[in-house]
Amino acid sequence: MIRVTSLNKSFNGQPVLSDISVSFEAGKTNLIIGRSGSGKTVLLKSIVGLHDIDSGEIWYDDLLFNKLDFHARKEIRKEMGMLFQGSALFDSLTVEQNVRFPLDMFTGKSLEEKTDRVNSCLQRVNILNSNKLLPSELSGGMKKRVAIARAISLNPRYLFCDEPNSGLDPLTAILIDELIKDLTEEYSMTTIVNTHDMNSVMKIGEKVVFLSDGKKCWEGSNKEILDSDCGTLNDFVFANALAKQLRKSLK
Amino acid sequence: MIKFLEQLGLYFILLKKVLSKPEKPVIYYKQTIHEIVFLGLNSVGIITVISFFMGAVITLQTAYNTENPIYPTYLIGLGCRDSILLEFSSTITGLILAGKVGSSIASEIGTMRVTEQIDALEIMGVNSASYLILPKIIATLVFNPFLTLISISVGIVGGWLAGTTAGVVTSEDYIYGIQYAFIPYYVTYAIIKTLIFAFLITTVSAFHGYKVEGGSLEVGQASTKAVVHSSILILLFNVILTQLLLS
Repeated sequence: MIRVTSLNKSFNGQPVLSDISVSFEAGKTNLIIGRSGSGKTVLLKSIVGLHDIDSGEIWYDDLLFNKLDFHARKEIRKEMGMLFQGSALFDSLTVEQNVRFPLDMFTGKSLEEKTDRVNSCLQRVNILNSNKLLPSELSGGMKKRVAIARAISLNPRYLFCDEPNSGLDPLTAILIDELIKDLTEEYSMTTIVNTHDMNSVMKIGEKVVFLSDGKKCWEGSNKEILDSDCGTLNDFVFANALAKQLRKSLK
Repeated sequence: MIKFLEQLGLYFILLKKVLSKPEKPVIYYKQTIHEIVFLGLNSVGIITVISFFMGAVITLQTAYNTENPIYPTYLIGLGCRDSILLEFSSTITGLILAGKVGSSIASEIGTMRVTEQIDALEIMGVNSASYLILPKIIATLVFNPFLTLISISVGIVGGWLAGTTAGVVTSEDYIYGIQYAFIPYYVTYAIIKTLIFAFLITTVSAFHGYKVEGGSLEVGQASTKAVVHSSILILLFNVILTQLLLS
Protein backbone atom coordinates (compact mmCIF):
# COMPACT_ATOMS: atom_id res chain seq x y z
CA MET A 1 0.00 0.00 0.00
CA ILE A 2 1.17 3.51 -0.78
CA ARG A 3 -0.10 6.44 1.25
CA VAL A 4 0.45 10.12 0.51
CA THR A 5 -0.37 12.75 3.11
CA SER A 6 -0.48 16.55 2.72
CA LEU A 7 1.89 16.51 -0.25
CA ASN A 8 2.95 19.89 -1.63
CA LYS A 9 5.22 20.46 -4.59
CA SER A 10 6.17 23.63 -6.43
CA PHE A 11 8.57 24.54 -9.23
CA ASN A 12 10.33 27.93 -8.95
CA GLY A 13 7.79 29.09 -6.38
CA GLN A 14 4.85 28.08 -8.58
CA PRO A 15 2.67 25.51 -6.73
CA VAL A 16 1.97 22.44 -8.84
CA LEU A 17 0.51 20.11 -6.19
CA SER A 18 -1.34 21.39 -3.12
CA ASP A 19 -2.18 19.37 -0.04
CA ILE A 20 -2.67 16.01 -1.75
CA SER A 21 -3.68 13.18 0.58
CA VAL A 22 -4.56 9.83 -0.91
CA SER A 23 -3.91 6.13 -0.43
CA PHE A 24 -3.36 3.53 -3.13
CA GLU A 25 -4.35 0.02 -2.26
CA ALA A 26 -2.35 -3.15 -2.87
CA GLY A 27 -3.60 -5.62 -5.49
CA LYS A 28 -5.70 -2.91 -7.11
CA THR A 29 -5.31 -0.77 -10.20
CA ASN A 30 -5.31 2.81 -8.90
CA LEU A 31 -5.79 5.57 -11.45
CA ILE A 32 -4.80 9.22 -11.27
CA ILE A 33 -6.81 11.16 -13.81
CA GLY A 34 -7.05 14.79 -14.79
CA ARG A 35 -6.53 17.21 -17.64
CA SER A 36 -3.11 17.82 -19.16
CA GLY A 37 -1.14 20.04 -16.76
CA SER A 38 -3.24 19.07 -13.74
CA GLY A 39 -0.18 17.62 -11.95
CA LYS A 40 -0.65 13.88 -12.58
CA THR A 41 2.90 13.20 -13.76
CA VAL A 42 4.42 15.40 -11.04
CA LEU A 43 2.42 13.46 -8.42
CA LEU A 44 3.54 10.13 -9.85
CA LYS A 45 7.18 11.23 -10.10
CA SER A 46 7.01 12.60 -6.55
CA ILE A 47 5.65 9.27 -5.28
CA VAL A 48 8.53 7.35 -6.90
CA GLY A 49 11.09 9.89 -5.69
CA LEU A 50 12.10 11.37 -9.04
CA HIS A 51 10.95 14.77 -7.71
CA ASP A 52 11.77 15.96 -4.20
CA ILE A 53 8.63 17.23 -2.51
CA ASP A 54 8.34 20.53 -0.59
CA SER A 55 6.34 19.03 2.30
CA GLY A 56 4.19 16.06 3.15
CA GLU A 57 4.73 12.34 3.57
CA ILE A 58 4.95 9.41 1.19
CA TRP A 59 4.55 6.01 2.87
CA TYR A 60 5.37 2.68 1.28
CA ASP A 61 3.61 0.33 3.70
CA ASP A 62 5.25 1.32 7.02
CA LEU A 63 8.29 3.10 5.51
CA LEU A 64 8.36 6.88 5.18
CA PHE A 65 9.90 6.92 1.69
CA ASN A 66 10.63 10.64 1.36
CA LYS A 67 12.75 10.66 4.52
CA LEU A 68 14.85 7.62 3.61
CA ASP A 69 18.49 8.03 2.61
CA PHE A 70 19.78 7.10 -0.87
CA HIS A 71 20.65 3.50 0.05
CA ALA A 72 17.38 2.75 1.81
CA ARG A 73 15.46 4.24 -1.11
CA LYS A 74 17.49 2.07 -3.45
CA GLU A 75 16.23 -1.04 -1.69
CA ILE A 76 12.60 0.02 -2.17
CA ARG A 77 13.30 0.98 -5.76
CA LYS A 78 14.34 -2.57 -6.50
CA GLU A 79 10.71 -3.45 -5.78
CA MET A 80 9.37 -0.82 -8.18
CA GLY A 81 8.62 -1.13 -11.85
CA MET A 82 7.72 1.82 -14.00
CA LEU A 83 6.26 2.22 -17.44
CA PHE A 84 7.12 5.64 -18.82
CA GLN A 85 5.05 7.66 -21.28
CA GLY A 86 7.63 7.21 -24.03
CA SER A 87 8.52 3.67 -22.85
CA ALA A 88 12.10 4.77 -21.99
CA LEU A 89 13.69 1.61 -23.39
CA PHE A 90 17.48 1.83 -23.65
CA ASP A 91 18.17 2.66 -27.30
CA SER A 92 21.46 0.81 -27.54
CA LEU A 93 20.15 -2.47 -26.07
CA THR A 94 18.04 -5.12 -27.77
CA VAL A 95 14.62 -6.15 -26.47
CA GLU A 96 16.19 -9.07 -24.59
CA GLN A 97 18.96 -6.94 -23.11
CA ASN A 98 16.45 -4.29 -22.01
CA VAL A 99 14.34 -6.82 -20.12
CA ARG A 100 17.46 -8.55 -18.74
CA PHE A 101 18.99 -5.27 -17.52
CA PRO A 102 17.43 -5.25 -13.99
CA LEU A 103 18.32 -8.94 -13.63
CA ASP A 104 21.94 -8.26 -14.65
CA MET A 105 22.13 -5.35 -12.25
CA PHE A 106 20.52 -6.81 -9.16
CA THR A 107 20.59 -10.60 -9.26
CA GLY A 108 23.34 -13.17 -9.20
CA LYS A 109 21.46 -15.52 -11.52
CA SER A 110 23.21 -17.41 -14.29
CA LEU A 111 22.77 -16.28 -17.89
CA GLU A 112 20.50 -19.27 -18.55
CA GLU A 113 18.24 -18.43 -15.61
CA LYS A 114 18.09 -14.80 -16.64
CA THR A 115 17.27 -15.73 -20.24
CA ASP A 116 14.45 -17.98 -19.02
CA ARG A 117 13.03 -15.17 -16.92
CA VAL A 118 13.32 -12.70 -19.84
CA ASN A 119 11.50 -15.12 -22.16
CA SER A 120 8.73 -15.74 -19.63
CA CYS A 121 8.24 -11.97 -19.13
CA LEU A 122 8.18 -11.35 -22.88
CA GLN A 123 5.78 -14.23 -23.36
CA ARG A 124 3.56 -12.80 -20.64
CA VAL A 125 3.25 -9.51 -22.56
CA ASN A 126 2.85 -11.31 -25.89
CA ILE A 127 6.15 -10.29 -27.45
CA LEU A 128 7.40 -13.29 -29.36
CA ASN A 129 10.43 -13.72 -31.63
CA SER A 130 11.60 -10.15 -31.12
CA ASN A 131 14.41 -10.70 -28.63
CA LYS A 132 17.13 -9.42 -30.94
CA LEU A 133 15.30 -6.34 -32.19
CA LEU A 134 16.31 -2.83 -31.13
CA PRO A 135 13.69 -0.44 -29.68
CA SER A 136 13.86 1.62 -32.89
CA GLU A 137 12.55 -1.42 -34.78
CA LEU A 138 9.42 -1.78 -32.60
CA SER A 139 5.96 -0.25 -32.92
CA GLY A 140 4.58 2.00 -30.16
CA GLY A 141 2.46 -0.80 -28.67
CA MET A 142 5.36 -3.25 -28.72
CA LYS A 143 7.61 -0.73 -26.99
CA LYS A 144 5.05 -0.34 -24.20
CA ARG A 145 4.79 -4.10 -23.80
CA VAL A 146 8.56 -4.55 -23.70
CA ALA A 147 8.71 -1.75 -21.10
CA ILE A 148 6.09 -3.61 -19.05
CA ALA A 149 8.12 -6.82 -19.38
CA ARG A 150 11.19 -4.95 -18.11
CA ALA A 151 9.16 -3.45 -15.26
CA ILE A 152 7.95 -6.86 -14.04
CA SER A 153 11.22 -8.77 -14.55
CA LEU A 154 12.14 -8.49 -10.85
CA ASN A 155 8.61 -9.31 -9.59
CA PRO A 156 7.96 -5.80 -8.29
CA ARG A 157 5.55 -4.97 -5.48
CA TYR A 158 4.76 -1.58 -6.96
CA LEU A 159 4.00 -0.76 -10.59
CA PHE A 160 3.76 2.79 -11.88
CA CYS A 161 2.48 3.65 -15.33
CA ASP A 162 2.65 7.16 -16.77
CA GLU A 163 0.13 7.59 -19.59
CA PRO A 164 0.46 3.97 -20.77
CA ASN A 165 -1.98 4.53 -23.66
CA SER A 166 -0.65 7.76 -25.09
CA GLY A 167 0.00 7.50 -28.80
CA LEU A 168 -1.68 4.10 -29.14
CA ASP A 169 -4.72 3.15 -31.21
CA PRO A 170 -7.87 2.28 -29.18
CA LEU A 171 -7.52 -1.49 -29.61
CA THR A 172 -3.86 -1.58 -28.56
CA ALA A 173 -4.71 0.74 -25.68
CA ILE A 174 -7.32 -1.77 -24.46
CA LEU A 175 -4.75 -4.58 -24.68
CA ILE A 176 -2.26 -2.58 -22.61
CA ASP A 177 -4.97 -1.77 -20.03
CA GLU A 178 -5.95 -5.41 -19.73
CA LEU A 179 -2.33 -6.42 -19.40
CA ILE A 180 -1.75 -3.94 -16.57
CA LYS A 181 -4.89 -5.09 -14.75
CA ASP A 182 -4.05 -8.79 -15.16
CA LEU A 183 -0.46 -8.32 -13.99
CA THR A 184 -1.62 -6.30 -10.98
CA GLU A 185 -3.84 -9.18 -9.88
CA GLU A 186 -1.30 -11.86 -10.79
CA TYR A 187 1.58 -10.29 -8.81
CA SER A 188 -0.64 -8.61 -6.15
CA MET A 189 1.07 -5.31 -6.92
CA THR A 190 0.12 -1.82 -5.89
CA THR A 191 -0.38 -0.28 -9.31
CA ILE A 192 -0.76 3.42 -9.98
CA VAL A 193 -1.66 4.53 -13.50
CA ASN A 194 -1.69 8.12 -14.75
CA THR A 195 -4.14 8.64 -17.56
CA HIS A 196 -6.64 10.94 -19.15
CA ASP A 197 -8.14 8.15 -21.23
CA MET A 198 -11.75 7.55 -20.07
CA ASN A 199 -11.76 4.10 -21.66
CA SER A 200 -9.01 3.09 -19.24
CA VAL A 201 -10.88 4.65 -16.34
CA MET A 202 -14.04 2.69 -17.06
CA LYS A 203 -12.19 -0.55 -17.80
CA ILE A 204 -9.54 -0.83 -15.09
CA GLY A 205 -10.11 2.01 -12.59
CA GLU A 206 -10.78 0.13 -9.36
CA LYS A 207 -9.82 3.30 -7.54
CA VAL A 208 -9.80 6.66 -9.28
CA VAL A 209 -8.31 9.93 -8.04
CA PHE A 210 -9.19 13.07 -9.98
CA LEU A 211 -6.78 16.00 -9.97
CA SER A 212 -7.56 19.50 -11.12
CA ASP A 213 -5.11 22.42 -10.95
CA GLY A 214 -2.83 20.48 -8.63
CA LYS A 215 -5.56 19.65 -6.10
CA LYS A 216 -7.39 16.41 -5.42
CA CYS A 217 -11.00 17.07 -6.37
CA TRP A 218 -12.56 13.63 -6.17
CA GLU A 219 -11.80 9.99 -5.44
CA GLY A 220 -13.87 6.86 -5.79
CA SER A 221 -14.28 3.88 -8.08
CA ASN A 222 -15.06 3.78 -11.80
CA LYS A 223 -18.59 2.67 -10.90
CA GLU A 224 -19.17 5.83 -8.88
CA ILE A 225 -17.65 8.23 -11.38
CA LEU A 226 -20.76 8.68 -13.55
CA ASP A 227 -22.87 9.59 -10.55
CA SER A 228 -20.44 12.14 -9.19
CA ASP A 229 -21.71 15.63 -8.41
CA CYS A 230 -18.22 17.14 -8.85
CA GLY A 231 -18.58 19.72 -11.63
CA THR A 232 -14.96 19.73 -12.82
CA LEU A 233 -14.93 15.92 -12.89
CA ASN A 234 -18.15 15.83 -14.91
CA ASP A 235 -16.72 18.38 -17.34
CA PHE A 236 -13.68 16.12 -17.74
CA VAL A 237 -15.59 12.83 -17.98
CA PHE A 238 -18.17 14.11 -20.44
CA ALA A 239 -15.80 16.25 -22.47
CA ASN A 240 -16.08 14.45 -25.78
CA ALA A 241 -19.11 14.64 -28.08
CA LEU A 242 -19.96 10.94 -27.78
CA ALA A 243 -20.00 11.07 -23.98
CA LYS A 244 -22.18 14.19 -24.07
CA GLN A 245 -24.70 12.48 -26.34
CA LEU A 246 -24.67 9.41 -24.13
CA ARG A 247 -25.31 11.48 -21.04
CA LYS A 248 -28.16 13.30 -22.78
CA SER A 249 -29.78 10.04 -23.82
CA LEU A 250 -29.37 8.58 -20.32
CA LYS A 251 -31.12 11.60 -18.85
CA MET B 1 28.86 34.94 -10.86
CA ILE B 2 26.26 33.26 -8.60
CA LYS B 3 25.07 31.19 -11.55
CA PHE B 4 28.67 30.16 -12.27
CA LEU B 5 29.21 29.09 -8.64
CA GLU B 6 25.88 27.23 -8.69
CA GLN B 7 26.94 25.35 -11.83
CA LEU B 8 30.33 24.61 -10.30
CA GLY B 9 28.66 23.25 -7.18
CA LEU B 10 26.32 21.07 -9.27
CA TYR B 11 29.34 19.82 -11.25
CA PHE B 12 31.11 18.68 -8.07
CA ILE B 13 27.92 17.11 -6.67
CA LEU B 14 27.60 15.14 -9.91
CA LEU B 15 31.27 14.13 -9.69
CA LYS B 16 30.70 12.81 -6.16
CA LYS B 17 27.80 10.73 -7.44
CA VAL B 18 29.84 9.51 -10.41
CA LEU B 19 32.83 8.48 -8.33
CA SER B 20 30.84 6.48 -5.78
CA LYS B 21 31.34 2.70 -5.53
CA PRO B 22 30.00 0.87 -8.62
CA GLU B 23 26.99 -1.37 -7.98
CA LYS B 24 28.15 -4.28 -10.09
CA PRO B 25 31.79 -3.95 -11.24
CA VAL B 26 31.45 -6.58 -13.98
CA ILE B 27 28.77 -4.51 -15.73
CA TYR B 28 30.90 -1.37 -15.43
CA TYR B 29 33.82 -3.30 -16.90
CA LYS B 30 31.76 -4.29 -19.96
CA GLN B 31 30.56 -0.70 -20.32
CA THR B 32 34.14 0.58 -20.11
CA ILE B 33 35.26 -1.76 -22.89
CA HIS B 34 32.34 -0.57 -25.01
CA GLU B 35 33.28 3.08 -24.35
CA ILE B 36 36.95 2.44 -25.19
CA VAL B 37 35.81 1.25 -28.61
CA PHE B 38 33.18 3.95 -29.06
CA LEU B 39 35.08 6.97 -27.71
CA GLY B 40 38.68 5.83 -28.20
CA LEU B 41 39.18 3.49 -31.14
CA ASN B 42 36.66 5.40 -33.24
CA SER B 43 38.80 8.54 -32.80
CA VAL B 44 42.02 7.01 -34.14
CA GLY B 45 41.16 7.92 -37.75
CA ILE B 46 40.52 11.62 -37.23
CA ILE B 47 43.52 11.97 -34.89
CA THR B 48 45.78 10.29 -37.47
CA VAL B 49 44.63 12.51 -40.35
CA ILE B 50 44.84 15.75 -38.38
CA SER B 51 48.20 14.89 -36.78
CA PHE B 52 49.72 14.02 -40.15
CA PHE B 53 48.85 17.37 -41.69
CA MET B 54 49.71 19.19 -38.45
CA GLY B 55 53.23 17.71 -38.53
CA ALA B 56 53.56 18.58 -42.22
CA VAL B 57 52.58 22.21 -41.68
CA ILE B 58 54.81 22.62 -38.61
CA THR B 59 57.82 21.34 -40.60
CA LEU B 60 57.15 23.63 -43.55
CA GLN B 61 56.60 26.67 -41.31
CA THR B 62 59.71 25.91 -39.22
CA ALA B 63 61.71 25.59 -42.44
CA TYR B 64 60.31 28.90 -43.70
CA ASN B 65 61.16 30.68 -40.44
CA THR B 66 64.68 29.25 -40.17
CA GLU B 67 65.64 29.85 -43.79
CA ASN B 68 69.07 31.19 -42.89
CA PRO B 69 72.52 29.67 -43.53
CA ILE B 70 73.40 30.22 -39.83
CA TYR B 71 70.80 27.65 -38.71
CA PRO B 72 71.54 24.00 -39.41
CA THR B 73 68.61 22.28 -41.16
CA TYR B 74 68.36 19.56 -38.54
CA LEU B 75 66.73 22.27 -36.36
CA ILE B 76 63.66 21.79 -38.54
CA GLY B 77 63.30 18.23 -37.22
CA LEU B 78 64.03 19.37 -33.68
CA GLY B 79 61.50 22.22 -33.90
CA CYS B 80 58.86 19.93 -35.34
CA ARG B 81 59.44 17.30 -32.62
CA ASP B 82 59.31 19.76 -29.72
CA SER B 83 56.26 21.61 -31.06
CA ILE B 84 54.37 18.37 -31.48
CA LEU B 85 55.49 16.90 -28.16
CA LEU B 86 55.06 19.97 -26.02
CA GLU B 87 51.95 21.49 -27.46
CA PHE B 88 50.22 20.21 -30.52
CA SER B 89 49.69 16.53 -29.83
CA SER B 90 48.17 16.98 -26.40
CA THR B 91 46.39 20.31 -26.82
CA ILE B 92 45.19 20.03 -30.41
CA THR B 93 44.19 16.41 -29.83
CA GLY B 94 42.34 17.58 -26.72
CA LEU B 95 40.50 20.27 -28.67
CA ILE B 96 39.59 17.84 -31.45
CA LEU B 97 38.33 15.31 -28.92
CA ALA B 98 36.38 18.04 -27.13
CA GLY B 99 34.51 18.50 -30.40
CA LYS B 100 34.11 14.87 -31.36
CA VAL B 101 33.85 13.02 -28.06
CA GLY B 102 32.45 15.90 -25.98
CA SER B 103 29.47 16.55 -28.25
CA SER B 104 28.84 12.81 -28.54
CA ILE B 105 28.78 12.35 -24.75
CA ALA B 106 26.58 15.39 -24.12
CA SER B 107 24.06 14.47 -26.81
CA GLU B 108 23.95 10.79 -25.81
CA ILE B 109 23.34 11.51 -22.11
CA GLY B 110 21.08 14.49 -22.90
CA THR B 111 18.90 12.35 -25.17
CA MET B 112 18.71 9.70 -22.46
CA ARG B 113 17.59 12.41 -20.03
CA VAL B 114 14.81 13.84 -22.22
CA THR B 115 13.53 10.40 -23.22
CA GLU B 116 13.33 9.43 -19.52
CA GLN B 117 15.91 6.63 -19.86
CA ILE B 118 17.86 8.14 -16.96
CA ASP B 119 14.66 8.24 -14.87
CA ALA B 120 14.15 4.57 -15.76
CA LEU B 121 17.63 3.77 -14.40
CA GLU B 122 16.94 5.72 -11.20
CA ILE B 123 13.60 3.95 -10.68
CA MET B 124 15.38 0.61 -10.91
CA GLY B 125 17.71 1.73 -8.13
CA VAL B 126 20.72 2.21 -10.40
CA ASN B 127 23.09 5.13 -9.73
CA SER B 128 22.55 6.56 -13.22
CA ALA B 129 25.37 9.11 -13.00
CA SER B 130 27.92 6.50 -12.09
CA TYR B 131 26.62 3.89 -14.53
CA LEU B 132 26.61 6.30 -17.48
CA ILE B 133 29.59 8.53 -16.79
CA LEU B 134 32.22 6.53 -14.88
CA PRO B 135 32.92 4.06 -17.74
CA LYS B 136 33.37 7.01 -20.10
CA ILE B 137 35.87 8.67 -17.74
CA ILE B 138 37.86 5.45 -17.33
CA ALA B 139 37.75 4.77 -21.08
CA THR B 140 39.11 8.19 -22.03
CA LEU B 141 41.72 8.15 -19.26
CA VAL B 142 42.94 4.76 -20.47
CA PHE B 143 42.80 5.37 -24.20
CA ASN B 144 43.52 9.08 -24.77
CA PRO B 145 47.23 8.73 -23.87
CA PHE B 146 47.49 6.19 -26.72
CA LEU B 147 45.79 8.70 -29.01
CA THR B 148 48.40 11.27 -28.00
CA LEU B 149 51.24 8.83 -28.68
CA ILE B 150 49.71 8.03 -32.07
CA SER B 151 49.39 11.75 -32.75
CA ILE B 152 53.05 12.37 -31.83
CA SER B 153 54.29 9.53 -34.05
CA VAL B 154 52.08 10.39 -37.03
CA GLY B 155 52.86 14.11 -36.69
CA ILE B 156 56.60 13.46 -36.83
CA VAL B 157 56.17 11.16 -39.85
CA GLY B 158 53.98 13.81 -41.52
CA GLY B 159 56.69 16.39 -40.92
CA TRP B 160 59.37 14.12 -42.38
CA LEU B 161 57.30 13.38 -45.48
CA ALA B 162 56.39 17.03 -46.08
CA GLY B 163 59.95 18.24 -45.38
CA THR B 164 61.68 15.74 -47.66
CA THR B 165 59.03 15.98 -50.41
CA ALA B 166 59.22 19.78 -50.45
CA GLY B 167 63.02 19.59 -50.33
CA VAL B 168 63.37 21.86 -47.28
CA VAL B 169 65.26 19.26 -45.26
CA THR B 170 67.04 16.01 -46.05
CA SER B 171 65.85 12.78 -44.51
CA GLU B 172 69.13 12.39 -42.57
CA ASP B 173 68.97 15.92 -41.11
CA TYR B 174 65.33 15.55 -40.11
CA ILE B 175 65.96 12.22 -38.38
CA TYR B 176 69.05 13.64 -36.67
CA GLY B 177 66.99 16.66 -35.58
CA ILE B 178 64.19 14.65 -34.02
CA GLN B 179 66.76 12.72 -31.96
CA TYR B 180 68.89 15.73 -31.03
CA ALA B 181 68.75 16.89 -27.36
CA PHE B 182 65.70 14.76 -26.73
CA ILE B 183 64.22 15.18 -23.25
CA PRO B 184 62.07 12.13 -22.34
CA TYR B 185 60.18 14.19 -19.72
CA TYR B 186 58.41 15.97 -22.58
CA VAL B 187 56.52 12.77 -23.31
CA THR B 188 55.49 12.49 -19.65
CA TYR B 189 54.41 16.13 -19.77
CA ALA B 190 52.26 15.47 -22.87
CA ILE B 191 50.67 12.41 -21.24
CA ILE B 192 49.88 14.27 -18.01
CA LYS B 193 48.21 17.04 -20.01
CA THR B 194 46.27 14.46 -22.02
CA LEU B 195 44.97 12.78 -18.85
CA ILE B 196 43.77 16.07 -17.37
CA PHE B 197 42.18 17.10 -20.68
CA ALA B 198 40.47 13.70 -21.01
CA PHE B 199 38.96 14.06 -17.54
CA LEU B 200 37.78 17.60 -18.29
CA ILE B 201 36.25 16.71 -21.67
CA THR B 202 34.36 13.72 -20.31
CA THR B 203 33.09 15.18 -17.06
CA VAL B 204 32.16 18.62 -18.41
CA SER B 205 30.35 17.14 -21.41
CA ALA B 206 28.58 14.54 -19.27
CA PHE B 207 27.56 17.28 -16.82
CA HIS B 208 25.94 19.31 -19.59
CA GLY B 209 24.16 16.25 -20.95
CA TYR B 210 23.02 15.01 -17.54
CA LYS B 211 21.33 18.26 -16.51
CA VAL B 212 19.40 18.81 -19.77
CA GLU B 213 15.76 19.74 -19.31
CA GLY B 214 13.38 20.01 -22.23
CA GLY B 215 13.66 18.44 -25.65
CA SER B 216 15.85 18.09 -28.71
CA LEU B 217 16.59 21.83 -28.86
CA GLU B 218 18.03 21.75 -25.33
CA VAL B 219 20.05 18.62 -26.16
CA GLY B 220 21.63 20.50 -29.08
CA GLN B 221 22.36 23.49 -26.85
CA ALA B 222 23.91 21.21 -24.22
CA SER B 223 26.09 19.64 -26.87
CA THR B 224 27.32 23.06 -28.02
CA LYS B 225 27.96 24.18 -24.43
CA ALA B 226 29.88 20.96 -23.76
CA VAL B 227 32.25 21.64 -26.66
CA VAL B 228 32.70 25.35 -25.87
CA HIS B 229 33.25 24.87 -22.12
CA SER B 230 35.55 21.87 -22.58
CA SER B 231 37.65 23.78 -25.13
CA ILE B 232 37.96 26.84 -22.90
CA LEU B 233 38.92 24.68 -19.92
CA ILE B 234 41.50 22.83 -22.01
CA LEU B 235 43.12 26.13 -23.00
CA LEU B 236 43.01 27.41 -19.42
CA PHE B 237 44.47 24.23 -17.94
CA ASN B 238 47.07 24.18 -20.72
CA VAL B 239 48.49 27.42 -19.34
CA ILE B 240 48.28 26.25 -15.72
CA LEU B 241 49.85 22.84 -16.42
CA THR B 242 52.61 24.33 -18.56
CA GLN B 243 53.54 26.68 -15.73
CA LEU B 244 53.35 23.88 -13.15
CA LEU B 245 55.15 21.18 -15.11
CA LEU B 246 57.78 23.11 -17.06
CA SER B 247 58.76 25.94 -14.73
